[in-house]
Formats: sequence, structure tokens, C-alpha cells
Amino acid sequence: MTALLEAQSVSMRVGGAALVDAVSLQIGAGEMVAIVGPNGAGKSTLLRMLSGDLRPSRGTIRLRQRDLSAYGPRELAQHRAMLSQHVNVTFPFTVEEIVSMGAGESPRAVTRALVTAALDEVGLAHFRFRQLPTLSGGEQQRAHFARVLVQLACGEALHGPGLLLLDEPTSSLDLRHQIDLVETARRRAARGTAVIAILHDLNLAMRFADRILLLHRGRLAVDGDRAAAMQADTLRQIFEIDATIDYTASGVPFLLPQTMRPAGKAT
Amino acid sequence: MSVLAERPARAKQRRAGMSLRPTATLTLLCLLAALAGCALIALTVGAAGIPMARLPAALGLWVDGVANPLLARDELVVWSIRIPRIAAAAMVGGLLALSGTIMQGLFRNPLADPALVGVSSGGAFAAAAAIVFTDSQLGESLRFLQHQLLPIAAFAGSLVTTIVLYGIASRGGRTSIAIFLLAGLAIAAIANAGIGLVVFVADDRQLRDITFWMLGSLSGATWTKLTALAPVLAAALIACLWIARGLDVLVLGDAEAFHSGVDVERLKRISIVLVSAMTGVAVSVCGVVGFVGIVVPHLLRLVIGPGHRLLLPASALLGAILLVGADTVARTIVAPAEMPIGILTAAIGGPFFLAMLLRQRGLVSI
Repeated sequence: MTALLEAQSVSMRVGGAALVDAVSLQIGAGEMVAIVGPNGAGKSTLLRMLSGDLRPSRGTIRLRQRDLSAYGPRELAQHRAMLSQHVNVTFPFTVEEIVSMGAGESPRAVTRALVTAALDEVGLAHFRFRQLPTLSGGEQQRAHFARVLVQLACGEALHGPGLLLLDEPTSSLDLRHQIDLVETARRRAARGTAVIAILHDLNLAMRFADRILLLHRGRLAVDGDRAAAMQADTLRQIFEIDATIDYTASGVPFLLPQTMRPAGKAT
Repeated sequence: MSVLAERPARAKQRRAGMSLRPTATLTLLCLLAALAGCALIALTVGAAGIPMARLPAALGLWVDGVANPLLARDELVVWSIRIPRIAAAAMVGGLLALSGTIMQGLFRNPLADPALVGVSSGGAFAAAAAIVFTDSQLGESLRFLQHQLLPIAAFAGSLVTTIVLYGIASRGGRTSIAIFLLAGLAIAAIANAGIGLVVFVADDRQLRDITFWMLGSLSGATWTKLTALAPVLAAALIACLWIARGLDVLVLGDAEAFHSGVDVERLKRISIVLVSAMTGVAVSVCGVVGFVGIVVPHLLRLVIGPGHRLLLPASALLGAILLVGADTVARTIVAPAEMPIGILTAAIGGPFFLAMLLRQRGLVSI
């Protein structure tokens, strides 16, 4: 199977410091990948490079066997949709107007149907005509997720399954909506979309991702299934926590942090 | 339960949100009608009053049976003074409101305005410098061109200010809006210092001319000046249709707008050139008239929402209405003298700006 997205030895250097250092990865259609790692590991920088927003200082990224820099912004938006971590809207756009922005220049009827479906999916149908800045942080995040779903649907109607990038999509969400969001992403993956999400909750990552990319100081420490990522030694080394790893009845590992020790101090 | 309970709730949301906003056609028609009404009133009042009954004859539409001894005077006033002036007020108002709206979309901030980032001051400084220069021994050979030189200088000043600003704020194809805004404030201060210097060396007559530029007035409006305004306004309105969606999506931030398929850098470049051209040509015709660009889009957003597809043309119309109205007041309130229109717009716009600032405090970060 050819990879939908392929990064080869991608680095990002700013003033001598390597934020991302020689990361190579491949993601196929229908795969759901979680990027995990401590703060400052380079997760967001890597995702922004994969989205085409940042150009790597070294290395190449290819989307559908074509260099990412060869795509224009509009064309790229038809192949990948991305949800950023913080989106702050100052003007009083309604939820519907914001979600419609995902549809670009699509006909009005198509946009309306896509917006309705996406708002139902994120559970915000009743806030359709509310002004976005009046909603809570979590509700705004779900509205932006709906916008990204609309963009993805428009692109996939043209080019087939695309790429969905999510930068900490669950950061402001309550437990139920965290699971709802990740399940929505899973449903997209089941239809062929390649999903890459930065997740801080390791248990959530293990529960839903096919593959886990563990970043540490800009380098890819682990690229494998959850069993490979969830090793007590690895967690101790990278996250500086002692954790017990247990398994659910269905064999999904889960993590229970035990003791924590100050960064940089060996015991 | 939920289906029954949701229906009235949804209907309420609909009432509270979408349905309260008037449709695009209705908005534009109402604004057009208001502009026509304003223009009509402006035609009839002034130092030489022309009652509504005499207006059709003065406009050459039809002549009633009664001979009007004042017809020739009315015709002269209407065609040579009032119509060019009203048209100039409408166009300048449209240009200033449009450039304010675009700049606010660009900065994602309802308090941005070309006058705020020194674009207007740059134009006024160049105009003031041109007045003093053409009167000096050095510029003696250019004195006969003084009237043509002023608008060109103002336009060039605005353009240079914007290009310098853009040069400072843009690095490697990316434009930092925060630096743009701060550099704008610094450049406005420099331009104002320049104006102060010019005022210091100017003689009495030059001072009067410079004051005209600084306070803003439409008394110099002529058919010739309209030919400078009209093409810029027409081009800007056409360009607005093109950039409207991009400005909407830009509210999400640069990165998110790019992710949504907007060529952010190109959008910024087009917007900056548009704003400087519109402000430059407006300053060149009537000097510095502030606050139109802040007041108009803010009022409109309250009624029609922030979508730029409607907000941009509606801003042009409301800006036109506001300036035609303000100019009519300016030239009648202390008749037969004239109050500079810039004083009037600042007197109304300043407190409005402060009220907005106070209202925003605590609601959003400015």
C-alpha cells in the first residue's frame, strides 16, 4: 500500500536549536495515528510541517506522492484539513457562519447540508445561530471541529479519502466530548481518511489510535503500536513518570501514574 | 421529550440569531435609499438655499411654467458646487469606510483604522511639505503646479507610508500584524512630528493651507477631483468581492485561514495596497478625515453581522451617507462660514471610539 503522507528526514531548526530532528514517517489511508510526547517535544511543529503551514528546514514531505510545497493553499485544503490548537474569533460570526467557512466556495445547498450534518455530529445543532464568541471554550472547539469536518467532506468529495490533522483537539473538552470527538475521527478513518492527532491523554491515545508516534526532544522515539509505545521504561525515560501499565478485558493497555519525580533528577 | 422541547428552543435560537439579520438585498436597498435621501437634502441646503420646488429646474429635469429669475444661479450652484461636492463626500466616505473595514478584517480587530497606523498622517505630511516647498525659493519653479502637486504628494505620502510599514512588518513573505500596528503608531508619530516642523517654518498663508489639510474639508471638490476618486472606488469595490471570503476566514487566524485554503500572504498584500490607495486618494481630495473607518463597520456589524461579502459594500454605502450628512452639517452649522469636516467627524468619532473601547474591555482582548 502506498502511503498517503510521507515525511523523509524532516527537521525544523530555529536559531541553531532543532525543534524537530530528522523525523521520518509514513501514514496510509484509513490509519489513525496519535502523536504523543512531553511539552516541547516538537509535536505541534511536526504537525504544522505535515500540514504545509511550516516549511521544514531539511527533509521532504509528500502528500499523494507529490511534494507538499507544490500544492497551492486552496488545492492543499482539498486534500487535508487541520484543526489548530487555539482559534480565537473576535468578530460576532454565528456558529453556522464559522462552520460554513470549511465549505469554501461550495454551492449554498451543499454547504447547508454539510453544516447540518457536521453540527449534528459534534452535538451543536441547537447552537447553530448563536454567536461563536458567546459559547464556552469547549463548545467553540467543537464548532471548529465541525468546520474542519465540513472542509474534509468537501475535499473528499473531489479527491477521495484525505488527511485529517488535529492539534490537541480534546484540550478544552469534557470527558464525554473527548470520546465523542475521537470516535468521530475514528469513523472518518474507517471510511479511509488518514487521521493524525496530537493527544496529551495517553489512555485516550492508546484506546483509539492504530499507531502511536512518541516524540522526545524533536526526535521520533517510538513509531509503533500501543504495545511498543506503552513500556514502563519508555514512559519513565520520556515523561519522567513512574506508571503502572495494566490491560482492559479487551487487551487495551491503560496507564496509572504512580509517583512523580522532579525533572532532571535521577533516583 | 427532546423533540418536543427542542422545537421551541430552536425557533428561539433562529429568532435570536439568523432571522434578525436583514437580507443582503434589503440592507443594500435601504442604504441606497438613505444615500439618495441624504444627497437630496444636501442639494437643497447651504449658503445659497435652493428649495425643493426649484431643484428639478436647477437640475435641468423639467421647467415649470413660471419663469424663475434665480434659475441661472441655481444651476450654477447645483452643477458646479453642490453635485461635485456631494459626490466627493459620498466617494471619500465610501473609500474611508471601506479601507477601515478591510484593515479591521486584516487585523482581526475592530479598532484598526488607516488613520491609526499613520497612513493618513503620511499623506498629510507630504501635502504640508509640498505647500511649504513650492513656496520656497527651491521649489519656485514648481509653484505653478502647486494645485496639481498637492493631491499627488498626499497620495504618494500615503503610499510610501504603507510600503515602509509593510517593509518593516513583513519578513520572508510573512506579515506580522502586531508589528504592522506598532510600527504604524511610530510612523504616525514621526509624520506628526514632520507636520509640526513644517507648521513651525510655515508663514501665515501656508499655515492656513496646511490647517486645511490637517482638519479636512471638502470645499475644494471639483469635477476633476472626482475623476481621481471614481476609478479607485470602482476598482476597490470590484476587488472587495474578490477578497471578501478571504477576510472572513482570516478571522480564524493566519494559520487556520491557510489551512482553510486561503492564500494569506496574497490576501494581505492585496488588502494593504487597496487600503493605501483608497486612503491616499481620499486624503488627496479632502485632507485628514478620521473615524469614518472605525464607526461605520462597527455599526454595521451590529445589524448585519460580520460577513465581509455584505459588510464591504454596505460599509461603502454607509460611509457615503455619513460623510454626505457630516459635510452638509459642516457647511451649514456655522453658515456662511464652514466648519472643517475633520473636526466634526473627530468630535463624533472620538467619543464613539472610547465607548467601543470601554465596551470591549473585559469582553475580548484588544
